[in-house]
Amino acid sequence: MSTLEIKDLHVSIDTEQGTKEILKGVSLTIRTGETHAIMGPNGSGKSTLASTIAGHPRYNVTSGTITLDGEDVLAMSVDERARAGVFLAMQYPVEVPGVTMTNFLRTAKTAIDGEAPKLRTWTKDVKAAMEQLRIDADFAQRNVNEGFSGGEKKRVEILQLELFKPKFAVLDETDSGLDVDALKVVSEGVNRAHAEGNMGTLLITHYTRILRYIKPDFVHVFVDGQVVEEGGPELADRLEEEGYDRYATGAGAATIAAADAAAQA
Amino acid sequence: MTDITTEKARIGAPSAQPFIDGFTEEGESLSPLNATESKSPLAGDAVKSHSHGGGVGVPDSSRAGRLTSYKLADFKPLTGMEEDWRFTPLKRLRGLHTAALDGNATTVDVSAPGNVRVETVGRDDRRIGSAAIPEDRVSANAWENFSQATVITVPADVQADGEVTVRITGTGTEASAQHIVIVAERFSKSVVVLDHQGTAVLSENVEILVEDGAQLTVISLQEWNDDAVHASSQQAKLGRDAKFKHIVVSLGGDLVRVTPSARFTAPGAEAEMFGLYFADAGQHLEQRLFVDHAVPNCKSNVLYKGALQGRNAHTVWVGDVLIRKEAEGTDTYEANRNLVLTDGARADSVPNLEIETGLIEGAGHASATGRFDDEHLFYLMARGIPEDVARRLVVRGFLNEIIQQIRVPAIEERLTDAVERELAATNH
Repeated sequence: MSTLEIKDLHVSIDTEQGTKEILKGVSLTIRTGETHAIMGPNGSGKSTLASTIAGHPRYNVTSGTITLDGEDVLAMSVDERARAGVFLAMQYPVEVPGVTMTNFLRTAKTAIDGEAPKLRTWTKDVKAAMEQLRIDADFAQRNVNEGFSGGEKKRVEILQLELFKPKFAVLDETDSGLDVDALKVVSEGVNRAHAEGNMGTLLITHYTRILRYIKPDFVHVFVDGQVVEEGGPELADRLEEEGYDRYATGAGAATIAAADAAAQA
Repeated sequence: MTDITTEKARIGAPSAQPFIDGFTEEGESLSPLNATESKSPLAGDAVKSHSHGGGVGVPDSSRAGRLTSYKLADFKPLTGMEEDWRFTPLKRLRGLHTAALDGNATTVDVSAPGNVRVETVGRDDRRIGSAAIPEDRVSANAWENFSQATVITVPADVQADGEVTVRITGTGTEASAQHIVIVAERFSKSVVVLDHQGTAVLSENVEILVEDGAQLTVISLQEWNDDAVHASSQQAKLGRDAKFKHIVVSLGGDLVRVTPSARFTAPGAEAEMFGLYFADAGQHLEQRLFVDHAVPNCKSNVLYKGALQGRNAHTVWVGDVLIRKEAEGTDTYEANRNLVLTDGARADSVPNLEIETGLIEGAGHASATGRFDDEHLFYLMARGIPEDVARRLVVRGFLNEIIQQIRVPAIEERLTDAVERELAATNH
C-alpha cells in the first residue's frame, strides 16, 4: 500500500511577460488501488499538475509538497521519480530518433528494476502486451514514437505503463485524440494494470467519455489552478450533462459548495 | 551556365549572430568579398555576388568550373579567402599548403586476401592519374611530392575473399605526402579499408577507379592521435553500372579535412556516400564532397552525420552535387545531420545542388543541425533512465545509422566502441 500525497502545491512558469502562477494551492491524496479523475476546462492547470509530478524542468514549485510514502518527490530528479514508481503517460509523447522501441523499453525496464529483465520472459511479456494493445509487432524495431500516429503514440504510452508496473500512474489526457476503438483498447490497458492491485491512478481528462471505460473512485474538478469541487463518480455524470460552465472562472470552491448546499436544501 | 549559377542553392547558411569568438557568420576565415556582400545570404543578388569567378584564369563559381591541375604552381598560395578553404584554419595545417611535403611520417601496411594484387610503384606508373586530378593546392602539393604509390587491384570478375586493409600509421610530424590507387576491375567485388592512426602531418591522394559493373566499398577511418593533421582527397571515377559505396569516419586528429568525390563516366552507376564524425573540444573535422552527374541515368545518395561536444569543436560539411545537362534520368539525394551536444561547438553545413537539366528522376538535399533536445531527455528520464545513459542512447542511435552501413562486423564493433569512448569522455 502506497500513498502519493500532494499538499498545497503552488507552481509557476516563466513566461516572456514574467512569472505566471498556474497551480494555486492543490492538495490531493492518492492511495494504491484508487482511481482519481481530474477534470477541468482548458488552461485550468491539469497538465501542469501532471508534468510537475513527473518533474518537468519548465515548472517551478514555489511552495507545497509532493511525497511518495513520506519521501520527498520534489527533491528527486526526473529519473529518480520514475524509479521510485511514478509514471507519466504523456499528452504529447516525443519522437526519439535513433533509439528503437526494443532498446528503449529494455533500457528503461533495467533502470526501473535496477537489473536487466530476463531476456526470455521479457521478450514474451513485451510481445503479449503489444498484442493486447493491438500494436503491430514491427513497432518494436522502429524508433521511439517516430512516425507513429497520435493514437499509436498513446497506445505505446500504455504499453510502457503495463510493462514498467509503476506505483502511481498519471495519465495526462491519454484519451484526447483517440477514436472510440482506440479509446477502448487504451482503457482496457489501464484497467489491466490497475487490476493487478498495486497501482494508484491519476486520470487527467477534459472529457467524460473515458470515464465510461475507466471508473474513477474520486472526481476532482480543476478550475484556475485549484480544485473547486470534489466528489464520487456521480460528479462526472453531472459534468457530462452540465459542462464546466457553472464553474465561472474565479469562483472559489466555497462559493460552489454554498451554491450546491442551497440547491440541495 | 551563369543563369544556373545564380540559382545555386545555398541552404544552411549560418545565422547572422556571431556566437563564438573569432567566428563570423560565414566562418573563421571570411573573404572580405563576402563580408561586404553577405548581408542576406539567401537572396538572389547575394548569391550572384558570392561568385568567385570572373577573372582571368579564375574558375566560375559552378562546381564544374573549379580549377584542377597536377601542378602545384597552378594553384595560388592559400589566403583562407578561397571558397573551398574559408572554413579551414590554415594556421593549423602545419605547412601542408606551404611546405615541400618531403617528410616520411607514415608507414603503409596492407593486408589483403590472396586474390587481390598489392604493389608499390614509382611515380611513372601508368595507373597514376587514372582516376583523379588535384582540385586544391594541398592535394596538388602531395601529388608533386609523393615518391611511391600503393596500388591495390581487384582483378576482373574476382570477388575478394575478405576486406583489404590499408593501415596508414603516422610516426612523426614532418609534413608528408602519400598516394594510393585502388582499381576495382570489371565485375569485381571488394571492400577496401583505409585505416589512419597515430600522429602525422599528411596530405593524401586516393584514386579510386570503379570499372564497369564493379562493386567497391571504400571505408576511410580517421582515428588519429589528437595532434595529427590530415588532408585527404579521395576521388572516384565510376564506369557503367558500377556500384560504389564510400564511408568516411573521422574521430581523431587536430584537423582532418576529407574531400571525397564520385564522378560518373557512364550510365547506370550508383554511388552511396556516407560519413560519420564526432568532434571534441578544439577539433576541426571537415568534409567536402562532390558528386558529378555527367552522364544519364545514374544514382547517388549521400548521408553524413556528425556529433559535436566541447568548446571550439568545429565541423564542416559541404556537399556539392552537380547534375549536368547531359545527366538526364539522374536520381540524387544528399543530407547532413548534426547533433550539437554542448555549448561552444559549431557545425557548418552547406548542401549545394546545381541542376542543369529538368529531365531527372529526383534531386533533393537537406541539412539539419540541432541541439540535444531537452524534451527527448525528459521523455527518457521520465522512464527512469539516468541522464548520462539517456544522452548516450540518443547519440549512439543517431550515429548508428552510419555505422550500420559499414557491414564489416569487426569495424562496426570498433567504431561503436570508439563512439562510446567519445561519449564517456564528456562530463554529461
